[in-house]
Amino acid sequence: MSSLRLKIWGCRGSVPTPGPKTVAFGGNTSCVEVGLDDGALLVLDAGTGIIDLGLDLVDRGVRRLHLLLTHLHLDHLEGLRFFAPLWDERVALDIWGPPSPLLGLQERIARAFSPPLFPIELRDVPARVTFRDVPREPWSINGVSLAANLVVHPGPTVGFRLETAGSSFAYLPDHEPALAGIVERSSDWISGAALADGVDVLFHDAQYFEDEYETRVGWGHSSVSDAVAFRRVVGARRLLLFHHEPQHSDDSLERLEAQAQSLAAPDEPKAELAREGMVIELP
Amino acid sequence: MGRRRQKHLVLILAREFASNLATPTLIADADGTLVFYNEAAEEVVGHTFAESGEMQVDEWTSSFNPRDEHGEPLPPERRPARFALDHRRPAHDRFRITSRDGVDRDVAVTAFPLFAHADEFVGVVAIFWRC
Repeated sequence: MSSLRLKIWGCRGSVPTPGPKTVAFGGNTSCVEVGLDDGALLVLDAGTGIIDLGLDLVDRGVRRLHLLLTHLHLDHLEGLRFFAPLWDERVALDIWGPPSPLLGLQERIARAFSPPLFPIELRDVPARVTFRDVPREPWSINGVSLAANLVVHPGPTVGFRLETAGSSFAYLPDHEPALAGIVERSSDWISGAALADGVDVLFHDAQYFEDEYETRVGWGHSSVSDAVAFRRVVGARRLLLFHHEPQHSDDSLERLEAQAQSLAAPDEPKAELAREGMVIELP
Repeated sequence: MGRRRQKHLVLILAREFASNLATPTLIADADGTLVFYNEAAEEVVGHTFAESGEMQVDEWTSSFNPRDEHGEPLPPERRPARFALDHRRPAHDRFRITSRDGVDRDVAVTAFPLFAHADEFVGVVAIFWRC
């Protein structure tokens, strides 16, 4: 096991934003497919991007899946109810998510599958679903090493690091490390730093321009400059800015990308914006 | 998986909380290592955390010669931070210390455990109140 194939099915934050102003970067909420070279499949988050992924998986005949949820805010969960494999009794689906001090993962997800939000109870879905709290220590699925750590975001939220013999990837779509400090901190005191340390590719929250962030401190998301600063301290080799603000049109996002690139030193990698449909192959 | 060691998120957030307090506050991890004290505590201690670095919390508190109302040395098990570490319960007590500047001070200390989950003890916070 050595390669990872990442496909972005949704990278919008907070709420889906379909329409003519978001066609370039996409309006579906968070979902990333991680393909392994033995054909196995992991899915990161279940925003509305997972709906089209599910239809694709039906076409591909995929019957075994692992879904890793960073947290249970709706923009990371709402697509699950319309995820076609969930409605196929031949499918076995393991759902991994952050533990909560109060309720189990299944009980918390079941809230989204109950009246008045939804007509069908979670216990009645046909697929064979297993719910698992993410372990505190690294674990592996199909030969991929995974680690999950709690990160700064309201409510129990984790980021993920996926690693093979040849490549590494960190996924921190909802993360506000600046709330607990980025600069002038040793890396062991920076939220999420261990997950992103030296990875080949980092997907990181960059929901806001700086002036927007000033009035949204504590909401759990990062400004573009904080995302760039975080990449710098963790030494990630490539940065994809993720979780786009729903108010940002394609034009706004292009300005945000340009701003991110202007913040990089000449010898640093230029940040890119995640786009729906983007594929990244890691050797 | 070649990753750096990382402080638990609860400790990271506790440090940020403490660093914004005007009340002397220290944080120890689950192993009893003093991992941070704030600027207000630096005034009591006489030097910065960057200068002293991480150390065992007992070593740190012993350096202030804590003693009870009769002037008797306060054994580690009666010190609130140690009690909170050992018993994972809150503790509060008053005693006298001698700061690095040689001044005797009466202080009260409140220490409480930090649990990330019911079975995941990650450290303690101790707050010093000047009496």
